[in-house]
Order: sequence, then C-alpha cells, then structure tokens
Amino acid sequence: MNPELIRNLHDLLPQIQGYIYPNEIEIHWGLLIVVYPYITGVVAGAFILASLVKVFNVTEVQPLYRLSLLTALAYLLVAPMALVSHLGHPGRFYEILLTPNTSSAMAMFGFVYAWYLMGVLLLEIWFVHRTDMIEWAEHETGVMRFIHRTLALYSRDTGEVAVSFDHKALKVITIVGIPSAFLLHGYVGFIFGSIKANPWWSSVLIPIVFLFSAIVSGIALVILLYMILTPLTGGKISMRCVDKAVDFLFYAVIVDFSLELVDFIHRVYQSEEEIKILSEMVMSKLFASLIIIQVLLGMLVPLLLISLTKIFKKRFHLNEDLRKMVYFVAVILIQFGIFATRWNVVIGGQMFSKSFRGLTTYKMEFGGLEGLLYAIFLLALPIIILAVLTKILPPWKEMHGQPASESAEAAGS
Amino acid sequence: MGKLFEKFPDPLARLIVVFLAFLVVGVIVVAVVIPKQMMDVSAQWADAVKREEARPIKYAGFHVCAECHDKIYETKKNGYHRDLSCETCHGPAKAHTDDPDKVKPVIPAERTFCPQCHAYNPSRPRGFPQINPVAHNPLKPCASCHNPHDPKPPTTPKECSACHGAIARMKAVSHHVQLACTTCHEVPQRHKVSPWSVKPTKPQTREFCGKCHAKDGKDKMAKDAPKIDLAEHGEKYVCWQCHYPHSPEVEQ
Amino acid sequence: MNGRRTFLRGFLSVLLSGGAIGGILKILPSKADAREAPPKGQKWYGFGVSVDKCIGCARCMDACKTENNVPREPFFFRTWVERYIIRKNGATTVKAIEPNVEPSPETASDKSILRSFFVPKLCNQCASPACVQVCPVGATFQTKDGVVLVNEKTCIGCRYCIQACPYGARYLHPVTHTADKCTFCYHRISQGLLPACVEVCPTQARIFGDLNAAASPMSRFLRMNKIHVLKPGLNTEPKVYYASLDGEVR
Repeated sequence: MNPELIRNLHDLLPQIQGYIYPNEIEIHWGLLIVVYPYITGVVAGAFILASLVKVFNVTEVQPLYRLSLLTALAYLLVAPMALVSHLGHPGRFYEILLTPNTSSAMAMFGFVYAWYLMGVLLLEIWFVHRTDMIEWAEHETGVMRFIHRTLALYSRDTGEVAVSFDHKALKVITIVGIPSAFLLHGYVGFIFGSIKANPWWSSVLIPIVFLFSAIVSGIALVILLYMILTPLTGGKISMRCVDKAVDFLFYAVIVDFSLELVDFIHRVYQSEEEIKILSEMVMSKLFASLIIIQVLLGMLVPLLLISLTKIFKKRFHLNEDLRKMVYFVAVILIQFGIFATRWNVVIGGQMFSKSFRGLTTYKMEFGGLEGLLYAIFLLALPIIILAVLTKILPPWKEMHGQPASESAEAAGS
Repeated sequence: MGKLFEKFPDPLARLIVVFLAFLVVGVIVVAVVIPKQMMDVSAQWADAVKREEARPIKYAGFHVCAECHDKIYETKKNGYHRDLSCETCHGPAKAHTDDPDKVKPVIPAERTFCPQCHAYNPSRPRGFPQINPVAHNPLKPCASCHNPHDPKPPTTPKECSACHGAIARMKAVSHHVQLACTTCHEVPQRHKVSPWSVKPTKPQTREFCGKCHAKDGKDKMAKDAPKIDLAEHGEKYVCWQCHYPHSPEVEQ
Repeated sequence: MNGRRTFLRGFLSVLLSGGAIGGILKILPSKADAREAPPKGQKWYGFGVSVDKCIGCARCMDACKTENNVPREPFFFRTWVERYIIRKNGATTVKAIEPNVEPSPETASDKSILRSFFVPKLCNQCASPACVQVCPVGATFQTKDGVVLVNEKTCIGCRYCIQACPYGARYLHPVTHTADKCTFCYHRISQGLLPACVEVCPTQARIFGDLNAAASPMSRFLRMNKIHVLKPGLNTEPKVYYASLDGEVR
C-alpha cells in the first residue's frame, strides 16, 4: 500500500463538492495523460506542416520542411513514454502487443504508433536525407561517417534512377502520411470520445477537435523552433516563410475555435441531464484553465494579434521586427492554450462525478512518476532528442534558405 | 545483392532487405521466443477464473452454523430475526468452523451494535422497528430486555398491532397517536378469527374526517386539530387521497 | 493466382481482426436485440436489490471488505450504500454511508424531508460491459456465467476500464496496482454459497441467483416487482436489478 496516496486522498476528502461515487475521488489519468495527447498532437501537426510542402507545393514554407519532420520524430519517440510511465504495471506494457483486444480503442495504439513511426515518418526522413547522407559521409571521418553510412544503409547510389525513385517515394509516403497523421491523433481523440459513460468526452466532434488543435500546436511549435533556432545557427529568418506558416496557423486556429464553439453551443442547447454539473465545473474548477488560458489567452488573443498584422498590413510590413515579436508571442500563447486544452479534456473529464451530483479535485504531485517534475522532463526530452537529431541530420542549410542539396530543391519544386 | 534486386532501384532494394530482416526477426520472436501462454487470451481467462475460484472464504454461510448450534437455530427460526444470517451479527465464521475451539466469533454486546440497524433514521423503511438510542433505556445493554435470537417488543402487543405492526408503529410517532384504531375502523369480532373474509370498516366520506377537522366540527376532543372548510378544501377528492391518516403530514 | 488470392484474403482478415474495424464489426448488431440468451442449463447470474427493504446498516459493505480483502480506506469499494434525502423544495442530497460509524440518532423532527431511502450499489455485471470493451489487453472479461472478472496477472493498470464504467464500480487496487471490482464473490458462488453481502443482509434487500433458474428467490424477485436498472440509456444491460428505484438515483 502506498501511504502517500492514502494521505493525499484523505486530504482531498474535504474538497469534494456535492456527491461523488466513493471510488471516484482519485483522478486516475493525471498529468502524464495530459502530456500524451499534447505530444502526439505536436507530431501530427508538424507532419501536416511538412506535407504542405510536399503535397500542396507551398514552396514558401520549404525552410520548415526538414525541421518539422525531425520535430515530429523527436516528439513521437517520447509519446509512448508518457503512456507507459502512467501504467500501474509499466513492466507489462508488452501485453498490449501480445494480446490486443480488438474492440479496445487503446489496444490499437501500438499498431497505429508502429505504423506511423516505421511506415511513415522514418521512411520519409530516410528518403529525404538519403542522398545527403551519402554526400556527407564522403567528406567525413570517424564516427559521423559511420553513422551516416549505416543510416543510409550503405547506399552509394546517387544516380538518376535512384534519386527519381526517392522523389516518387516521398510523394507517396506523404500522401499516405496525411491520413496516417490524422489517424494517429484522431485515434487519440477517439480514446476519449468513445467513452459513453463520460458526457464531457463522449462526442463525435472530439476526434476532429483533437485533430485541429493538433495541427495548431504542431505548426505553432515548428514556427517557434524555427524563429529560435535560425538566428542561433547563424541564419536569417525568412519572413516570407514565417508569414505563410502563420497564415496556415491562423486558419487552423479559426477552424479549431469554431469546432470547439459548435461543440459548446451544441451541449448548452441540448442541455441534457449532465449540463448542470458540467457548467458548475466550468465555472469553478476549470475556469482558469478553460476560460482564461485555453479560450482567452490560447485562442482569442493570438487570433487578435495575427489579425492585427493582417489588418494594419502596411504598418506591420514596414516593421519586420514588430511582426516577428507579435508572431513570437502568438505562437507561445498558442502552446500554452493547446496544453490547457489537453488538460481540460483529460482532467476535466474526471473532475465531475458520473452521478452528476458532485465534483472532486485534482491535486498535482511534484515528484514521482505522476508528478510535475517528470512531466516537465517529458516535455523537455523531445527538445533534447531534436538537438541530437539535428546533429545527425542537420536541417540548417534548408532553414537558412539555401538549397540543402539538389535533390531537396528538386523535391520542393 | 542478388539478381532479383537489380530490377529495383537501389534505395528500394535496401529497404526491402531491412524490412525482410525485421519480418524474419519478428516472426522468430513471435514463434519461438514468446511463450504461447502469453499470447492466448482464453487460456489466461481460464487461469484467472481458477485463481478467482480458489480465493479463501471468510463467511461460512448460515447452513453451517445450524449443524452445531441447533438449539439457537431452532429458537431463531421462528422469531423476527429468522431471516438474519448468523454472521450478520457474529462476523465471518469460516475460521471458526475450521477450528471451533481456537477461533471464536464475536458476540457483539455493546449498546452501539444493535442501533446500527435499529436506531431511528428517517431514511429507513416505514415500519422497520426503530428506537432512539439516547432516550431508549440508557446504559442498559440491549440483550437485558431483548433476546437477540428471538427479539420481541418488551410489551405484549395491543390487539390490532399484533398483525398491523407497521401501521401501529407509524401511527405511534404521528399526530394521530392518541386515536385508537377503533376511532376510525369498526372491527367485527369475526375479523380476528377469519381476517381475510371479514374486514374492518374504513371511513367512506369526507364528513367522517370533518368530525374533527371541519371548521364547524362538533368534537370537543379535537378542538386543537387543524381545521378546514369542507366546502372549499380539496374539491372533489376524499381526504385520504392527499393525506395518509396513519401518518398525516403537518404544514410548518 | 489462387495463392495470391488466399494470401490477400488472409492479409485482409489479419488487418480486420487486428484493426479497429474488427472491433467495430464485432459490435454492430445484426438484429435489434442481438444478444443471445444463454443456453438452458447454463448459469447466468443476476442480482436483485429491493430499495424498500434496505435499512442502511452497512453490514454488506463491511462483509465485502472482509471477504475480499478490500482496503479499509474509504476510497476503495466493491459495494457501497447511498443515502438519498429528497426535500420538499426539490433539493436532493446524497451521501455514501460509512460503515462502523456509531449512528448519530436522528429525530423525526426534520419536516422538510419529502422522502428518503437507501440504495445499495455494486458492479452491475453488465451483459454488454463497457469496461470489457475498452480493456486494451483483454485482462477484464466476462465469464460464461455472466460475471465480469479482472485478470490481475495481465492487467497493466491503464485504468481505461475505470473511465469507461458509468457506475463508478471500479477502482485501482492500491496494493496490486490493477483494476479491481465486485466479482459477485465468484469464489463463493462457484461453491454454491451466496455473495458475502447477500449472506449478511439482515432484511433481504439483496438477492442473488441464477437468472435461468425457474424458481429461485431471484426469479421470484423479478416476477413480483417492477424492475429498473441504472442508466439503461447507456445500453450496458446491467444484471443488477432494482425494485422500487427512485428516479433521483443515478
């Protein structure tokens, strides 16, 4: 028995409002499960941004292409860590692969994940970098040469047939990849949306809302990384690229916001038996994270900021630094907003009783596997992985606006 | 690379090799390394059912007690507690049946035990025997007046309440406590002999209740009873369609 | 050609059985009431609760914790009893009663109470259990006699089932770190004994038995009462049946 858990639960007892079923006092899906959809959302969003270049030929955002692929990979590697760590028996995670229950949305995680990692992301990254790795290896010695040789699978063929096959493969992978990215995050939404017992989650809109908020968070994060990393590596931020990416971000936020609004209006108008307890929860326990952070700071303020740059086009276009500043603030606010979205879905869905008669409270731990420290570590880990990845597969040339290699340019056009 | 691969472009050929390698390793792992039991859900379920069935029992069940304690069982069989399992009060007794001398079940003698069922609680069903443990013979152990294996109310029941106990107990805490059953019901002697074929009368009219509760009621005994105007109050309904005479509600 | 077709078919069926589509196909009912009645002679356990008979003595909660080694802390229950107080102004208050607490005597003087009663709760052992549907590893399952069990050797503690249960009947056992819930005292009923809560209930508010039996306390209960189940709209088809259940109970 975990005496700390028992003590914590005893502390929660006086904070219960109304009546909850006695087993409901413990919030079972804590901070880690908030982190998990946030991370997979970034993966899906970053990949969608990358596919803008490949499938929709949006050449302006070419500098973000490799960065977003590497970001997607870095975050994807961390996603299962959040899931496995929160299990009561982390050591038994393999059960989900050995005896998957076909009717369980969660059982499909392993397969969707493996498909997306192996079938889409790694393949795309490999095809993008293959000729580069051959080229790099020729001018390198020692460990890096070995790494690049091995990663290129000892391929040395930069002939026309091979390169044109690369391009064809990339096209196919990206086209397959878009529905796969949708599947990856739509499935995360479905895990919540398919729980009929929980009216806060149970909604057909949830997977779609998850998807668009994923696109928002992914694009915003890649823009943020681009704006930070480019000056650090001695390049110049291409405002043409950022403007275009922010355009897409802007539309994605509008769609995301409208979807959430539709969901909200639908619930309030239908006004089913759970509406009283849900509105009580929104107005008390979720007020700060839902109304203030998610809606106001995470959506309306960034929308307003980006609109300003569009409305006062002349003034903002004369002053690039001001525009950069506004974008920078907007994408950071959006990150917090999307994280709050995940929080409100995951934690909010467990704070009201399924008897619809009361509310419990979530008390965040500090240390331990479910605690704040570990969550911060998980959120920082993708950045560290990304740093390693950029050492192996540097995206700098492309980010600085120079063609990384002939093949990349050809692929982009 | 074999001749087969020359047909493919170089990158594809290499990926196919990697893919096949993964596939072969995967098949070997699944077929050889992982024990079959770990992949067979129905076998795991059968095991789980066996494990569940093998859990130790703590409550022996009332049949077992009667085998030794036959006298108490006979006493209890006809009393008000006939439906109670022995272990409801005496606690889990499987250990006692395994080793009767060493393990003895509890005998709850404290005054706090019986009120768990019999203390007054407005949520309890009407007619369930309840007392106020503070006012009811304070400090006396319950068992000094009531035999828990054959509990009886300490006073001999009045005639009606012997059968209509639930109504009698309800009336006892109501505003009609002072009224005898015969105030409202005429009871033929034959009713006590064949209760189903000869029944007591029930009031038929609003005027019957009006004897006490009408504004111009004649009964002097009921001068403090709530008064209404029969002509206006309640329209076409008879009194007991809204009020329950054995436990009339009271407006505050 | 033929070989390739067989391969394709095999591949597709693997995809289907391994994919969410397989799960969906399994769920889609072919008829309005697709659930097959269990064959005659096969036990199919059910549970009855007479709300009118419950006196809220909490003997059942105590017996359950003893019989099944449920932690004594007030956060883990396989069964519990709720007390409803519905007042004349429409306000409803609910509380789970606490076992072994010396009852504070209440008087009849609270005239604001419109009606009040106790409602025992436990796992509904649904015929279409949402918890079984969502368990990713098949650790929770329905036995052939209709009882939903948890295999504590393979449960990974993901708590998806706890989220999916509409009745709050599941909890994470703080010692085993696996999901835990009422089993109808499976170890007792498989030996012909009654579940511990039914054994100790002093007023027969709890009834247990085989729903397929022609004459038993359980089938008599179903024949003689107006029956309701909890949250029927969720289509979980509970096998815990309530007699005289108030509409306020959720």
